[in-house]
Formats: sequence, structure tokens, C-alpha cells
Amino acid sequence: MPVKFIDEYRNSELAKKLSYRIAMRSTKPIRLMEFCGGHTHTILRYGIRQLVPKTVEMRSGPGCPVCVTATADLDKAIALAHLPDVIIATFGDMIRVPGSYSSLQQAKAGGADVRIVYSTIDAIEIARANPDKSIIFIGIGFETTAPTIAASILRTMQEGIGNFYVLSLAKLCPPVMKALLDSGEVKIDGIICPGHVSVIIGSRPYEFIPRDYRVACVISGFEPLDILLCIDKLVAQIEKGEPKVEIAYSRGVKPEGNVKARQLMDEVFEIGEANWRGIGVVPESGLKIRKEYEQFDADKVFSVSLKPPKEPKGCRCGDMIRGAATPLECKLFRVTCTPERPVGPCMVSSEGVCSAYYQYETIGGDLQDF
Amino acid sequence: MDDSILLAHGSGGKLSHELIEKKILPFLANPALNKLDDSAIFEASGRLAFTTDSYVVNPIFFPGGDIGKLAVCGTVNDLAMNGAKPLYLSLSAIIEEGFSLSELERILQSIKKAAEEAEVSIIAGDTKVVNRGKADKIFITTSGVGIILPGVDISGTNARVGDKVLLSGTIGDHGIAIMSQREGLRFAMNLESDCAPLNKLVSQMLQVSSKIHCMRDPTRGGLATILNELARQSRVGIFIEEDKIPIKDEVKAACELLGLDPLYVANEGKLVAIVDTTDADKIVTQMRKNPYGRDAVIIGEVTKEHPGKVIMKTKLGPTRVVDMLSGELLPRIC
Repeated sequence: MPVKFIDEYRNSELAKKLSYRIAMRSTKPIRLMEFCGGHTHTILRYGIRQLVPKTVEMRSGPGCPVCVTATADLDKAIALAHLPDVIIATFGDMIRVPGSYSSLQQAKAGGADVRIVYSTIDAIEIARANPDKSIIFIGIGFETTAPTIAASILRTMQEGIGNFYVLSLAKLCPPVMKALLDSGEVKIDGIICPGHVSVIIGSRPYEFIPRDYRVACVISGFEPLDILLCIDKLVAQIEKGEPKVEIAYSRGVKPEGNVKARQLMDEVFEIGEANWRGIGVVPESGLKIRKEYEQFDADKVFSVSLKPPKEPKGCRCGDMIRGAATPLECKLFRVTCTPERPVGPCMVSSEGVCSAYYQYETIGGDLQDF
Repeated sequence: MDDSILLAHGSGGKLSHELIEKKILPFLANPALNKLDDSAIFEASGRLAFTTDSYVVNPIFFPGGDIGKLAVCGTVNDLAMNGAKPLYLSLSAIIEEGFSLSELERILQSIKKAAEEAEVSIIAGDTKVVNRGKADKIFITTSGVGIILPGVDISGTNARVGDKVLLSGTIGDHGIAIMSQREGLRFAMNLESDCAPLNKLVSQMLQVSSKIHCMRDPTRGGLATILNELARQSRVGIFIEEDKIPIKDEVKAACELLGLDPLYVANEGKLVAIVDTTDADKIVTQMRKNPYGRDAVIIGEVTKEHPGKVIMKTKLGPTRVVDMLSGELLPRIC
């Protein structure tokens, strides 16, 4: 992206104008949910809550791949790490998340071979360089990362690499939005819909939300002005009482999404249930490796015995993920749970809400009177 | 093999002597070192500053420098940040068996160049060779001694309410230049590490002002972390404006791509100074005359409010707390 382009999306004059317009439009108290952890971080990093009127309340949603990974699935990854001749390849944040009894980081310190990678391509390279080991990639993520995981499986197949496996924990966003709305636990008037996920799936999969639940949906980019523009559109829809799906991120998202990427996903994965931290098992919200590719499926190839999972005492990450609480309501936040000694994943992940609240504490109290 | 370091090169026997006399001394020669006594002897009087640091950077060669240049500049800068004029360094290297001699020569060449630029002599040293796999290519430790001129009192505890916060130039260059070369992240860009000795810049600053209260180089942890250190040490608040902080376009773009905040990315040739407000403009003007201070600017001030904290006015206008770096800098997933 040209940098001048980035700067334009951080222009304080435009921000002031948008902020004013939102304040003028907004008459009744509403609650918006930003689905993505990336959005939460932009909102807090730039102090966007100080730029919206008190009538607009913002809640974070489940859009943090590390955070929503269920403890049981993490325990499985840790157990796999302890198998002989196994190398675990994982995105960085995952290694610090505490499982029921240990973490990948502790497994590593205890002698397991756990390596941080930046993409599936790195994991394939590790497989190529270590032909006598089994490389298991911990495949977390949403529709954004799923196509790259699919591509890695197809590539290892083409190249005849026989020691690369994926533990598929990939999840789908629209089904979990439906689960949250069905539960009715948190009343939401509008959703700041995910940006990168929508690049892949487009805007159509959200259409059931305004139609069936009367909730406004606007897809947003990750720059501060993207988010202000998105909030402006959401407030306008809600004030008019005409919820619909809009794109406020047209430089990245087309209504039809990225067809090629979805074909890759469909080739390798089929839709199945997934276990979400704090939400539970949600039908049709996960991606399982198809039978044709089961030789790459770590779930099928390796077997590990697991003790029943247990959640850290007092940790409210589950509530954070559902938008049912804010970190300030958690007794552990900043007291026993800090980025150095995280109790739950929301404090670990760079997309987690607790980490955002911790890192970008604001002065002037917009988090306090929230 | 002629071109690689063997365990015997570190044994203290003939090969060790050959390595020192034929390979190392030609680069670092000076009267104190040439004697090859067990310790180096030098004259000094007055208040001395003493520091040490180890360098384990990966990759060892990167755009704009290498581990050798870093090892000299890092220690020189640590001395300079207390207002000391660096005089002498010691240098020890732990080398992995099989490391290439020609790469060692390249590193020594840049050590020589950096030491000449900083006008310091390396007067003591040591070399050890360890089994393959027991070290990652080469680790270097340097220690340094410097002399503090009368009247200079620079410390992290000296910031006072009303002082100005100065930054010598763009942030994040070193960290991003290194990251662009890392395994698995390799991306092409026109960016060099800012690795440089800052002692001359510091002495030029001291020439025009005796009211420099704190100085620090924002290495690991970046600008955000050292500002927090200073705020805590001096028990004051520090207020900065995001708009004032110079960042190169390449660094901005790479940070966007990787999901990193340039405030936390490492620098190796920048300094932050907290100075009396009456001298601030004068010092900035002086800094801009030195190539390493060309982009010097006032980024904020010391406040009575929020002691121990760093507060930043963001680009959009609102303010927020800027915390210390916690954990490691990791690129985002999605």
C-alpha cells in the first residue's frame, strides 16, 4: 500500500469532521460491536472512543483467532508437541496462551520442538529441511488464513512432501455472529464487520443479519478513518431504522469477495462444527480437512490422549469474546493478569481485547465511564 | 579448510596465536593492545563511566551494518548517553566452530571502521571457539570506559517538569532493516539500519548547553519503552505528540504490513534527550548540524500530571497512554 495512502486514513481534520457528523446524527443510545480484534486495537490505539458521542457504546466481539481457540484444542496442540519426532509450527501468539495444564511455550522449554512461523510457507520449508520429523502446523484463523492453509496442503501434495500436517482449527465468522445474535445475551444494534475476512467472503454472507435480526452491518478497514466512516454509516442506518449490509472498505472488499480463494478453501475443507472459547460448539462454524486430504490431517494421523480441559480460575475471556463484559469488569485484569503473566488468551494475543485495554489505556476516562 | 574457524583456534595454542596475530591485530592494532599483556594499562583521571553489553544479533550482516559495528556503537552510545567521552573498549568474541574466517575479517573490518569513527581504542580482548551448535555463528561482548567532563550530570532521574523531550531522528530503522532480512520474513526494501556512534553528536550538544538532564538511546523496546523508563526514574509524566515523531515511509509501510507499532521498534543510532526548556531550541539547532542529528526535533515535554506515565496525543487528536513493550514484537496473524 502506498504510504501516502495510509497517512490519508489518519488525517485529524477529516477525523474531526466525521466525528462531528456522527455526533449530529446520533440521537438515541445504541450499542455497536466491532467483530475484529484488529478493529478493537485501532479504536483504542487512536482514541476513537473519545471521538464518538456518549450515545454510541462500543463492544468487542469474537474476532481474535488466538482468543477463540478452545482450551481443549490448545491442549491437543500441546500434547502433539510432546510426541517424539514432531515439530510444531505455529503463529507467535499461540505459544504463550495457557492451556489447562501447560502452554506451548512451557512445552518448548521442556524440550518439545515448537517453532514460530509467519506463514504456512515457512512451515513447509521446515518440513522440507527436516525430512525425518513430522511437522504439524497449528491451523488457527478465520476465512482470512484458511485459504493459505488450504494452499499449503495442495502444495505439499504436489511437491510430494510427506511429513507436513495441519491441525485444522479454522473457523468461520458469519455462523458465530448468528450464534451470538441467537443467544440474545448482548443486545447489539450494529456490527462493524471484519475487513480482511470480508476480502475473502464478500458482503453477501452477512445479509441474513439485517434481514432476520434487524441489526445494521458495515464492513470496515483497519485504519482509524475507515472505522469512523463505518460508525457514521452504522449510526445513519440505525437512526433511519433501515438496517442493511454496506461496505465502508471498498478499496479491499467486493460484494462477491475473492472467488479463487474460496475455491481453494472448498477444495480442501468441508464445513463442520467448531469449538469456540466462551461460546461452545457452534454448528457449521468450522473447517475440517476433507477425506481426500486426510493424510495431511493431524487429527486423523496422530492420536493423543487428553485429560479433561479446565479453564483458568476467574478468567473472563469467554465473556470478553461474547462481548458480554469488558476487561474492566474482570477482577484479574491488571491485577494478576498482565501481558507478562497472562491468565487467558485475550491478554496474550495482539488482537485480544484485554491486551488492547492494557496497552492503550486512555487518559480522560473514556474506558472508565464505559 | 583454510576458511573456517576450528576449535583449535580457541585452544590457546599455536592456532590461537596465529588467529590473534595475523587476523585480529592487523585490524585493531594500538600500543596498549599490541603488547598482548594479560591486561591493558591506561592513564585516566576524573569521573569515569563504565559499561558492558553483549551482541547476539541475527542475521549478523544486515543492511547498514553488522554485528561488529553494532558491538562498537552500542557500547560507545551507552557511555555517551551519560555524557561520557568514550576512551577504551574491550571486545570478546565467542565463535561457533566452522564460522568462516573471511566473514570474521569482514566483521573485524567494520569494528575497526566504527572504532576509528568513534575515536576509541580497543585495548583488551578475548576469543573463544565453541562446538558447532553451541553458539549461533558469533557472539560479541564489548565493555567500555569513558570520562565525564566536569559539570556534566546526565541521568535518567534528572527530568524536571517543563523540560522538553528531544529526539535525534527517525525511529524504527534498525529493527525493520533487521526484520526485513529475517528467515521467513524476507522482503525487499530500501532501508538501512541507523547503527552509528553518537558520541560526537553528544559532545556537540554538550558544547552548547549545560542543561541536558537525561539522555538515552532507544534500542530494544524502542522509543515508547525508554520514555517510560525515564518517566518512572524521574517520577514525572511525559507528554508527546505522535505527529511530531519522524518515521520513514519504508518503516511506516513495513509496520503496517506486519502489524507492528514503530514506537516499539529498535533503533541503534538515535537518542532521546530531556533538556531544560530554555536551551531546547539551541540544542536542536546544534544537533541538526551533525549528520546523525539531521532530523532532530522536539517531540514533547515533561509534565507534573500522570507521574511515571507516557501520554501521547494521537494523530487523530485524542490522547492515550503509551505503555512499555511487554513480551516480544510479533507480527499479527490476520
